[in-house]
Amino acid sequence: MIKKTTPVSKIISYIFLIVLAYIMIYPLLWMIGAAFKTNEEMFGTIGLLPKNPVFGAFAAGWTGTGQYGFSTFLYNTFLMVIPTVIFTVISATLVGYGFARFNFPLKKLLFFIMIATLMLPATVIIIPRYIFFKKLGWLDTYLPFIVPAMLGSFPFFNFMMVQFFRGLPIEIDESGKLDGCNSFVILKDLLLPLCKSAIFSVIVFQFVWTWNDFFNVLIYISSVAKYPVALGLRMTMDISTEFDWNQIMAMSLISILPPVILFFAAQKYFVEGIATTGMKT
Amino acid sequence: MLKRSYKNYTYIGYLYILPWIIGFLLLQLVPLVNSLWYSFTQFQLLGDPKFLGLANYKKIFTADATFLQSLKVTFYYVLIAVPLKIGFALLVAIILNQKIKGINLFRTLYYIPSILGGSVAISVLWKYLFMNQGVVNNIIGVIGIPAIDWLGSPELALGTISLVTVWQFGSSMLLFLAGLKQIPVSLYEAARIDGAGRMRIFFQITIPALSPIVLFNLIMQMINAFQDFTGAFVITQGGPLKSTYLYGLMLYDQGFKFFKMGYASALSWILFAIILFFTSLTFRSSESWVHYGDSI
Repeated sequence: MIKKTTPVSKIISYIFLIVLAYIMIYPLLWMIGAAFKTNEEMFGTIGLLPKNPVFGAFAAGWTGTGQYGFSTFLYNTFLMVIPTVIFTVISATLVGYGFARFNFPLKKLLFFIMIATLMLPATVIIIPRYIFFKKLGWLDTYLPFIVPAMLGSFPFFNFMMVQFFRGLPIEIDESGKLDGCNSFVILKDLLLPLCKSAIFSVIVFQFVWTWNDFFNVLIYISSVAKYPVALGLRMTMDISTEFDWNQIMAMSLISILPPVILFFAAQKYFVEGIATTGMKT
Repeated sequence: MLKRSYKNYTYIGYLYILPWIIGFLLLQLVPLVNSLWYSFTQFQLLGDPKFLGLANYKKIFTADATFLQSLKVTFYYVLIAVPLKIGFALLVAIILNQKIKGINLFRTLYYIPSILGGSVAISVLWKYLFMNQGVVNNIIGVIGIPAIDWLGSPELALGTISLVTVWQFGSSMLLFLAGLKQIPVSLYEAARIDGAGRMRIFFQITIPALSPIVLFNLIMQMINAFQDFTGAFVITQGGPLKSTYLYGLMLYDQGFKFFKMGYASALSWILFAIILFFTSLTFRSSESWVHYGDSI
């Protein structure tokens, strides 16, 4: 099939792919350019590059106009996302290992339940969760994000790790057992070094999802001092109809950088991880 | 020997999955039961839930015009965004699966929107791009097309918001690509020896082999799309004339703006039932169009 492909159809494919790539990336390129444009230029022209670039947007947006600048929002986001990601990795690894390598009563049922919760819509439990966290006094803290991560409440990642562990040869565990290692040492010293691609996938996915999360931060975080970028951006946009739009574009740009940088840094492992774990569903 | 060594570990398995068991009970099962209970009550957050029977549901179905509007908008959204996203992902994956130079670059470029698309930053960007004086109108102006009111007209706003979703086709595309790589070359060779043409090979080998991934994508994207929130909330706030008032926005308003927790819980159970209905319908139908490995 591949050999028979005529050059013409190949050329059409390339044209399609290149045009598509341009369309896909155009909004982002525009965003970069817009951060250096004046309001008039942003909404009057179609060029990506600013003709009379202005450079103040980043500094001005960073300090902000109100009590809290973008630096605070960015710092807050890291404060919320990093522990969430770390605990997700730990809990997903433990739970994945448990399901993949041990036999225990009711295992099949429990595993089925976990898979079923993959499809449980988040909206149906959001209200009782909110009330529960409110009773615990966790509103306006990052605990509603971190504690569920500790408790493996992201079945997607547990499942991903289960699938990954299943793909590792059981002989590794056997050899560890012969050497007298207990199950935790086997996990920590023998299996974990082989889990890089799966763990990077968990890190990238969970970082990106938590970083971009809007609904949950909207309901849980109420004081501006604790706003992550998602809320900070929206607030800046709302209070600034007559604002310098380039500041908002500059801050939007900064806010999407950490996920993009992480993605590129982990890309090799990440794509591999999707390919090995996403397939077995 | 192998089995015996496992028996020693039997109960240790529980220790490893313990975090999830606690999390499942505390953060999923109990909330699920509670939300069902709340849905039969009047519950204003301050104070205790007061039992109402089916009153919330009765009101939703008979006396809440916004519910019907929101339901309609949500169906439209799911119907537009999900098939377009998956279809596009499939198309691009198939094109990429030829011997394409620079495949890694293309794959990365197409995937980037998927890691950004759900964010507020992209919603803000979308709002600017599709404003009346925005760059999209400027571009079509160059070709001579008059400016279009992308976000201000009730007929178009939902479509404009759906574009953000379709723009994120990269994640589904990656799954399709991985699936395409797993189709054994021998299958294609055998078909060619039998004299099958390219179209026949495509419809009788490629598509059936990918059908389980189509099913997986369809289910997951559908569940997500029914609950989408950020785009419609940030870009159009549900307007104009509630034409982008997705179900998620209605839930947010009832639950977290008016704090009608009972009413919102009833709404959330209705959405749950709808999602359950459509996912099981999809699963049911899949028996006739999804082919698993051995049956190709």
